[in-house]
Amino acid sequence: MKNSPHALAQLLLFRMRGFLREPAALFWVFIFPMLTALALGLAFRDRPLPELKVAVVDGPEAARLVPALEAVEGLSATRMSEAEGRDALRRGKAALVLLPGPQPKLIVDPMQEEGRTARLMVVDALERLEGRQDRLSVQTRKVTAPGSRYIDFLIPGLLGFGLMSSSLWGLGWALVQMRTGKLLKRLVATPMKRSQFLLSFMLGRSVLALAEILFFVVFARLLFDVRLAGSLLSFVALGLWGSLSFGGLAAFVTSRAANSETASGLMNLVSMPMMVLSGVFFSASNFPDWLQPFIKALPLTALNDGLRGIMLDGMPLLALWPQGLILGVWGLIPFLIAVRYFKWM
Amino acid sequence: MEPSPAPAPSPPALAIEVRGLVKRFEDVVAIAGTDFEVPMGQCVGLLGPNGAGKTTTVEILEGLQQPTSGEVRLLGMRWDKDAAELRERIGIALQETRFPDRISVEETVRLFRSFYRRGLSVEEAIALVRLEEKRDAYVMKLSGGQRQRLALAVALAADPELLFLDEPTTGLDPQSRRALWDVIEGLKGKGRTVVLTTHYMEEAQVLCDQVIIMDHGRIVAQGTPAELIASIGGEQVIEFATTPALPAEAFAEVPTLVASRPRGNGHTLSVKELHRALPGLLAITAARGVSLNHLSTHQATLDDVFLAFTGRSLREDAS
Repeated sequence: MKNSPHALAQLLLFRMRGFLREPAALFWVFIFPMLTALALGLAFRDRPLPELKVAVVDGPEAARLVPALEAVEGLSATRMSEAEGRDALRRGKAALVLLPGPQPKLIVDPMQEEGRTARLMVVDALERLEGRQDRLSVQTRKVTAPGSRYIDFLIPGLLGFGLMSSSLWGLGWALVQMRTGKLLKRLVATPMKRSQFLLSFMLGRSVLALAEILFFVVFARLLFDVRLAGSLLSFVALGLWGSLSFGGLAAFVTSRAANSETASGLMNLVSMPMMVLSGVFFSASNFPDWLQPFIKALPLTALNDGLRGIMLDGMPLLALWPQGLILGVWGLIPFLIAVRYFKWM
Repeated sequence: MEPSPAPAPSPPALAIEVRGLVKRFEDVVAIAGTDFEVPMGQCVGLLGPNGAGKTTTVEILEGLQQPTSGEVRLLGMRWDKDAAELRERIGIALQETRFPDRISVEETVRLFRSFYRRGLSVEEAIALVRLEEKRDAYVMKLSGGQRQRLALAVALAADPELLFLDEPTTGLDPQSRRALWDVIEGLKGKGRTVVLTTHYMEEAQVLCDQVIIMDHGRIVAQGTPAELIASIGGEQVIEFATTPALPAEAFAEVPTLVASRPRGNGHTLSVKELHRALPGLLAITAARGVSLNHLSTHQATLDDVFLAFTGRSLREDAS
C-alpha cells in the first residue's frame, strides 16, 4: 500500500492534465459562460424610464409652458399644432396633448399607463406654475433593492448550468473516451485500485468545480457588480455538492455506453430538459402549476434555487437542506447503480 | 499434435499452464478446449487468422476474461485466488490502447508505473523501447510505431516476469516492425517469458521459441518453427498455374512430392527436393502440351504449415 498515495496523485494529475491541456474544454467551462452572461446581461440590462413626451399646442401661452414642463424630471415638451399633436398621440410619439388656455385641456388616454402618469405630472406642473403652495413637504429617498436585476438572477443559474455541464461532459465524456480507446481495459489489467480511480475523478472534478465557482463569483462581481449576499463558504460547499451530484449522474449515464454517439445522446437527454425547466435563464415559476412538483424535484432546480438563495438572499447553508437532499439522492443512487453495472471494457 | 518437449536441457518451471480451456459466448465457441504449456524464459507465438481464438486466449491469461471451463496457471498462481499478485507480475500490451492525446510519453509511463509496487524506473522503461527523444512529446504527436512502443514501455514498467503482447506490430511499416522486434529480442535476452499473438508468420519465425497455431478455437499445431515446418514433410514449395488447367492427379508423379493443393488455375506442391521435383514438373507439362505460367518456388514457411493444417492461407484471412 505504500505506493497508494503516489498512484492517486498520478491519477489526479492525469485527470487535471487531460482537462487543462484541452483548449476547447477551457473555453466551454470558463469563457463561454462569461460570454453568455455578457450577452444576456447587455440585452436585459435595466434601463432608466423613458421621458414622457408632451405635445404643447401652439398658442400665446405655449412659450411659457414648454420650459416649465421641460424642467420637470421625466417630462419633455414640444410645441406643435393641434393636428400634429393628435397625430403624435395616435402614433405613440406623445403621451399627452396639452391645449393651453385659461382652462387648459388635456387630450390623453387615461387607460394607458404612460397617459395616466403624464396627466398627473402635467396637472401637478400646471398647478405649481399657477402658484399652488404645497402643504406637505414630502421627502423622497431612492432605493434600489440589491439582487433585483436580471443579471443577478442569471449569474447563479448560469453557474448551476455550468457545473452540470462540466460534470456531465467532463466526466462522462472522459469515461466513454477511455472505454472506447480501451484505456479502461488496460487500466483494470494493472494492480490499480478501482476505488482510487474513482476517487481521482471525484477529486479532479471538485478541484475544477472549485475553480469554476470562484471564477463565477469574481467575474460576476467585477463585470456586473453582482454581490454575494450569503457566505462564500456556503456558496462553494453547495456548488461542490451539486457538482458531485451531477458527477454521479454522469457516471450512471455513461456506465455502459460503448461509443461517444450513444453517450452524447444520453447526456443531452439528461441535460436539455433541465436547461429549459430548471430556471437557468428565466424563473421556473413561469411553468404551469401541475409541472412544479416535477420541476422542484430536478437536481438542477435544487442547485439553482440553492445558489440563488445564498447569492441573492443570503440564506444560510442549513436552510437549504431540502435542496441538498435532492442533490444527494440524484447523485448517490445513480452512482451506486453505475458502480454496480459499470462496463470497464 | 502433442506438445513437443521443451528444448532446454534443465527443465525450467512453467510460466503458463493451460488445461482444457473452453470459452463460449452465447452461441459462439471461441475456444474449444485447448491445452498448452510455456516454460519460463520462452517466447511463444499464438498464430492464427482473425477469429481463431488468439485474443480470447490471451485475455483469459491476462485475467481480463473468465474461462467457461478449464484451468489456467500463471507462474504457478491462479486468477481466482491470486489476482492481485498476478497483476503485479505480468505486463500487457493490448491489441490497441488509445492513450490520451495530450499526455506525454513520460507522464503516461509514470502513471502506469505508479500502480506497481516494484519495477523499472520511468527512464529505464522509456529507454528500453528507445523513445527517449519523444519522452516529452504528447501521444497525439507519435507515429503508429512509436505508439506501439509506448504501449510496450507501459507493459514493461513493472519489469514483469511474464509479458503479453497482442498483435504488437499489426499495421506497422516494416521498419517500425523490425524496431519492435529488436526490443522483444532484448527482453528474451533478459530471460523474460513472452506471449505474442500475431498473424505475421515471419514475426513468429524470427522471435518465437515455440509456436501454437490456432484455428476455430482449437490448437491445430504446436512446436518450434523448425519442427512445424519439418512436420508438413516438404521443405520446399512450388507454386504454378497452367493453361489450360490440369487436375491434381496429373502431378502425382512429381518426384519427392509430399502434398498438393489446388490454387487458382494451378497447384501448390510441397516437395522434399526441389532439384528433382522441378525437372519432373516441367517434363509433365511438356508432355501434356500445356503452357506453364506463374512458376515460383520458396522454402516452406509457417504460412505453408498453416495452409497444410487448415487448408486455408493465413494471409487471406488476416487482411
